[in-house]
Amino acid sequence: MTFSLKALAGALALGAFSIGAVHAQTPSPEGIVVYNAQHESLTKAWSEAFTKETGIKVTLRKGGDTELGNQIVQEGAASPADVFITENSPAMVLVDNAGLFAPLSKATLDLVPEGYRPASGHWLGVAARSTVFAYDKTKLSADKLPKSIMDLAKPEWKGRWAASPSGADFQAIVGAMLALKGEAATSDWLTAMKTNFKAYRGNSVAMKAVNTGEVEGAVIYHYYFFGDQAKTAENSGNVLLHYFKNQDPGAFVSVSGAGVLASSKHKAEAEAFVKWVAGKGGQDILRTGDSFEYAVAKGAASNPKLVPIPDLQGPVLDPSKLDSKAVTGLMTKAGLL
Amino acid sequence: MSIASPAATHETARRQQPLRRLSPRAPAIMTGLAGLIALICLIPLGFLVAITIQTGTETVTQLVFRARVAELLLNTALLELCTIPLSIGLGLALAWLTERTTLPGRRLWAWLAVAPLALPAFVQGYAWASFAPHLQGLTGATLISVLAYSPFTYLPVVAQLRRLDPALEDVATALGRSPARVFLEVVLPQLRLPLCGGALLIGLHLLSEYGLFAMIRFDTFATAIIDQFQSSYNGPAANMLAGVLVLCCLGLLLLDGSLRGRERYARVGSGAPRAMPPRQLGGWTLPALCLPLAYAVLALGVPAYTLGRWLIFGGAEAWRVPELLAALGTTIAYAAAGALATTIIAVPIAWLCVRNPGPWQRKLESCHVYVGSLPGIVIALALVTITVRVALPLYQTSAMLVLAYALIFLPRALIGLRGSLAQAPVELEWAAAALGRTPLQAVAQVTLRLAAPGVGAAMALVGLGITTELTATLLLAPNGTRTLATEFWSLTAEIDYVAATPYALLMILLSLPMTILLHRQARSAQAQ
Repeated sequence: MTFSLKALAGALALGAFSIGAVHAQTPSPEGIVVYNAQHESLTKAWSEAFTKETGIKVTLRKGGDTELGNQIVQEGAASPADVFITENSPAMVLVDNAGLFAPLSKATLDLVPEGYRPASGHWLGVAARSTVFAYDKTKLSADKLPKSIMDLAKPEWKGRWAASPSGADFQAIVGAMLALKGEAATSDWLTAMKTNFKAYRGNSVAMKAVNTGEVEGAVIYHYYFFGDQAKTAENSGNVLLHYFKNQDPGAFVSVSGAGVLASSKHKAEAEAFVKWVAGKGGQDILRTGDSFEYAVAKGAASNPKLVPIPDLQGPVLDPSKLDSKAVTGLMTKAGLL
Repeated sequence: MSIASPAATHETARRQQPLRRLSPRAPAIMTGLAGLIALICLIPLGFLVAITIQTGTETVTQLVFRARVAELLLNTALLELCTIPLSIGLGLALAWLTERTTLPGRRLWAWLAVAPLALPAFVQGYAWASFAPHLQGLTGATLISVLAYSPFTYLPVVAQLRRLDPALEDVATALGRSPARVFLEVVLPQLRLPLCGGALLIGLHLLSEYGLFAMIRFDTFATAIIDQFQSSYNGPAANMLAGVLVLCCLGLLLLDGSLRGRERYARVGSGAPRAMPPRQLGGWTLPALCLPLAYAVLALGVPAYTLGRWLIFGGAEAWRVPELLAALGTTIAYAAAGALATTIIAVPIAWLCVRNPGPWQRKLESCHVYVGSLPGIVIALALVTITVRVALPLYQTSAMLVLAYALIFLPRALIGLRGSLAQAPVELEWAAAALGRTPLQAVAQVTLRLAAPGVGAAMALVGLGITTELTATLLLAPNGTRTLATEFWSLTAEIDYVAATPYALLMILLSLPMTILLHRQARSAQAQ
């Protein structure tokens, strides 16, 4: 007992005296808790490599973006989370608006270009993904593809396309649409979507449905396709990707964020993890691993198989302007949730 | 999964009126404890009432009276209406074939009719989703539900068929009724209670099941609540859906109460139990064999084929042993803790039911039983919100998850405990007391020892239920907790079927003992 008390006091003292200089100290025995909405395999690869390098233990809690975001807001100052990582930025905005993030140091923020982090400096982008229309190449030719994601609301697309409306990914795409086209147009589009589309749970399941011919296309993110192609292509053999481009809402490039909670008792270790993920170690895993998400840090290269980000012609959006609450509200109203 | 007939234990309980109490204060203490636990059981319902009031009429109206809720209600009603009659028909037919006819291989078919219980419903769903990806919506949901849940009608019907007094059928035959009319007019009415019980159990399972329906894209309240939860944590929309779901459960309970009827099924004198001579199937043997065969192929063959295929496909690589062992260890630890906790909190009310029945005990008992009919997602939603808002020290603790398990599985523990306590005669306690034991010693050394096998069985039923529990675990588990069910779920969500298969296999292995236990219980009904 005395030993562990001493250790605890020591850890507290170290924590108090050495914010921002984590490398020199011994890691705290309890490590950090990461509320992880990113793909588990990716964050696991990050955290295992990070633990190996620094000795800091990482415990992951799994959940969806907005689920964990709202959870952190409810937990408030008592949140057990030290770090929050999402697949998309709206949930980061949610937590930031509640004033629950601790500011990141300039050295950490400077790792990524300004377009991938909010002006507040409370979180930063650590990866990115592009919206795509994954389609059945045996049924659709290039000339029959929708020009814009907005076209999918037209009656001719009735019953022909799929999406995963309960997922944060699709909700982020709707968030981009809301920011670009306004509430009325988005609401109309969602209402039309309710009659036109088929709901699947999860992007990979939606892609599999395209592959088996249940639907002709699906609005998903790009890396599900590349990941499956790299494995057995069992769920994407008949699938090709269509990029909407032209700054279309459907060309939206979504930023995955990471931030340190203001309530964290291990802020130094938490920021060390965020910095590691945005740094060379974390970004290299994006390039070489099987996640196929885009690397976003300055000077970091993405997997060469991917279409380079500038060629995606995504709409210019401030990631901190995407409103998750308005999106779930509109989707609930349209009967999608 | 209250397959042991509650009616029978009630009868025993009533016959055993206490003549003298062990300690004059015991009933008061037990009533106090049972009252406390009843209050805990009322938490989920109280939560929903409170949150509805807090949400305000306008928002509640907006969230409840909308097209999506109507759609979910319709889905739920159709699912119940399609699945329950089919399951009753299938369970009844299989029970009659395996119990009352000369069907070749009856014992084997009897086992195969129960075996699907060893497959958690979401594993059955996963097998079908990968075997026939086009099978979706109401058709798929009905087919897979019938396959997964028919044992719930089969088992109680078998138990009742074995308990029936053949004399009634003999009399009807002697009075000139044809065999078909004997079945319809004499046997079937006596099967009303077990059929109602089985149907209710299936109805409640259909309301609370999440994994199966998520897997084959059929939207029910449970799936919609999880969707809302994943989008907005415990927002008002999720809570209001939970409210409507609870109303559906209450509706089912009321319906069941009115269908049970008021007829008397008991009679004075035990009759002369003897086996009915089995009916010769003759030329009907081959067609009759098709039914159990088809059921076994669809409910067991398809999962065996899919799991086998993924196992071979994945090879040794799919067995990530350290992770599997960790998940297995966590699952077993929770199952053991949950079974123990559930049994302990069931003790006061079980004791009151047997030793001190009365109007208060009835009210308290119904509080204990109602909570078990609530879907796990509703209980979890209530506990998450309450702990995060007002009981933070308990938030994300294993204790909360164990409490959720205890509430979900309380009726299983109660039924087993009540039955076995009823079989331990109070006179033995008196004898022990007369021989110098203190009241506590008498209970511990006599009653508990006699009740032990039944208690063990009840604990096994609870523990095995926990092994495959998904929704409450997803919501309440402490950080970093991985059980077989949650790991399986997260792997199938990423359609990594290969890596998911070992988890499915382990869950099936863990569920096998429960299946064997229930099968034995049903077949030994005659001896009770």
